[in-house]
Amino acid sequence: MSEQKDVLLRVDGLKMYFPITQGIVVQRHVGDVKAVDGLTFDIHQGETLGLVGESGCGKSTTGRAILQLYKPTAGQVIFEGEDITAMRGESLRKMRRRMQMIFQDPYASLNPRMTVGNIVSEPLEVHSLFNGKERREKVKELLDVVGLNPYFVNRYPHEFSGGQRQRIGVARALALNPDFIVCDEPISALDVSIQAQVINLLEDLQQEFGLTYLFIAHDLSVVRHISDRIAVMYLGKLVELTTRDELYANPMHPYSQALLSAVPIPDPVVEEKRQRVILEGDVPSPANPPKGCNFCTRCPKAFEPCYETEPEFKEIESGHWVACHLY
Amino acid sequence: MARLLEVNNLRTQFFTQDGVVNAVNGISYTLDEGETLGIVGESGCGKSVGVMSLIKLIPTPPGKIVEGSVIFNGENLIDMSDGEIRSVRGNKIGMIFQDPMTSLNPVLTIGRQIQEALELHMGMDKAQSKARAIELLELVGIPSAADRINDYPHQFSGGMRQRVMIAIGLSCNPQLLIADEPTTALDVTIQAQIVDLVKKLRDDLGMAIIWITHDLGVVAGLADRMLVMYAGMIVEEAPVKELYANPSHPYTVGLLGSLPRLDQVSGEKLDSIEGLPPDLIDLPKGCPFHARCKYRIEKCFTENPPLKTIGVGHKAACWIDVTKDPITTERPYQEV
Repeated sequence: MSEQKDVLLRVDGLKMYFPITQGIVVQRHVGDVKAVDGLTFDIHQGETLGLVGESGCGKSTTGRAILQLYKPTAGQVIFEGEDITAMRGESLRKMRRRMQMIFQDPYASLNPRMTVGNIVSEPLEVHSLFNGKERREKVKELLDVVGLNPYFVNRYPHEFSGGQRQRIGVARALALNPDFIVCDEPISALDVSIQAQVINLLEDLQQEFGLTYLFIAHDLSVVRHISDRIAVMYLGKLVELTTRDELYANPMHPYSQALLSAVPIPDPVVEEKRQRVILEGDVPSPANPPKGCNFCTRCPKAFEPCYETEPEFKEIESGHWVACHLY
Repeated sequence: MARLLEVNNLRTQFFTQDGVVNAVNGISYTLDEGETLGIVGESGCGKSVGVMSLIKLIPTPPGKIVEGSVIFNGENLIDMSDGEIRSVRGNKIGMIFQDPMTSLNPVLTIGRQIQEALELHMGMDKAQSKARAIELLELVGIPSAADRINDYPHQFSGGMRQRVMIAIGLSCNPQLLIADEPTTALDVTIQAQIVDLVKKLRDDLGMAIIWITHDLGVVAGLADRMLVMYAGMIVEEAPVKELYANPSHPYTVGLLGSLPRLDQVSGEKLDSIEGLPPDLIDLPKGCPFHARCKYRIEKCFTENPPLKTIGVGHKAACWIDVTKDPITTERPYQEV
């Protein structure tokens, strides 16, 4: 879909640690949960970058840290040449207009005591855009864009189904005409037939408004469908980053290989013939990651250096980044 | 193989303040010994209630099994008293529930929870049941089972807890294991572990399985036969390969079309099903799917199609033949 385009957003060495403290009166700092531990990647103008990984691997934290909803522990987030981690106050607030988020749970991310009209117009109010009648018109237009009836403005979220609520969330994210949207598992709370509706909507909107997405998900089939490039994350680190077709045709990191083989395919004939790489055990705790490669405890191909040194995230082939001692 | 379970015209309703919720509307199916049946459908289609009704786990009131029979090993479970059904649950019929985080008791050790069923149903004493519990934990792949038996659920991860649930489900050598979305709350790599484990145990122990899911991918490699449910009714029933190769109900066609697949080149739009499932309090007249159907004809608005045989072991509830009839461009439209 997208050729090599301009870099919209560059993430450089992003780290997000959450402190673990002990003590009731004096809080002693005893360790860190290394939710995101040194990510570096680019997002190009107009592309969809898929970010996949299992729960607890730091995907959502990455999305939030990029939008400065968390103050990153270290690293830079460069949006169109400007480092937004260094921004404060008004300049950051202005920047936020261009970056929005769609949340995972449409049941929890809409205020139940606000009408749909108020929810969608709140970003406009916060940024003092449009007035009175104009604003109401804009809200109706937004609802129409996401496929909701504009007459719904005075209804409350509980009157809508999950899929419709997610559309309200999308309308809210679009209100400020952003360039970049972080979609944090926008469809995982929805039913299969409704998921497809929301995916199609997101794709249509991307074409219409030239949006750039960071699409966070744990479902690899969905990510394959919607993304141009895909980053695979494990325990706070990127293990592989490449184009969609390359990842599915030629996954290099043992974790990507295992992850792909674990995804069930809705076809019994294919399922019969598939060879699975079944990973043993569970993901280690991010508060106490293993020495060496983070994946060495579960990796079927681990050898000596994996237990000693951390592999470097490097470009093996053009546009194909892997962090593994095998390459 | 011998018939294990026969469900006839089962109908379960919930009597609520808003009206009568028609959760399960006359479903009939059979299950042979050692067979794996997959039941798929979206949330609220009655798949869980349908299966809970088999062993009378419906909260009464408001729920009530208003009609139908469930013949298990020649006995009608619906007519059983509370005491009688209790000797079947957890004994001849084991269950695994969806959420391993909430279905274990947090204040009892893992061992106690497994031993409970063994002591109750098998009449074992403490020492015997403990030995059996350790054996079961080893069977489901929990390392150093003899030590971990004294741990509490919070000391286990999600995947491990689901393994414990499976151990409890299998504890009394059930003839039938009911698995209600057992992998939905788990990550894909853990899901693969659990599916693999269940397959292995099924082949070793030879029990029948009813596997409820909304994920058409998970059951593809597991089930022998499939039921597709919509609005509390069975809309299609077929052997697993037949269902995926020749889906014959518009809803099944739509479900398969709306799934992005890992092994297919993408870039095309997904074939989504428009609209929403019907309200179970106020079911529409005619076919429950007609409002969202791409193939609908006049008859669909007035008459609900019966589940009729269209091939070997293949039944579908639809007035038209989706393999032959084209999608109607000018669909009959009815004001609601």
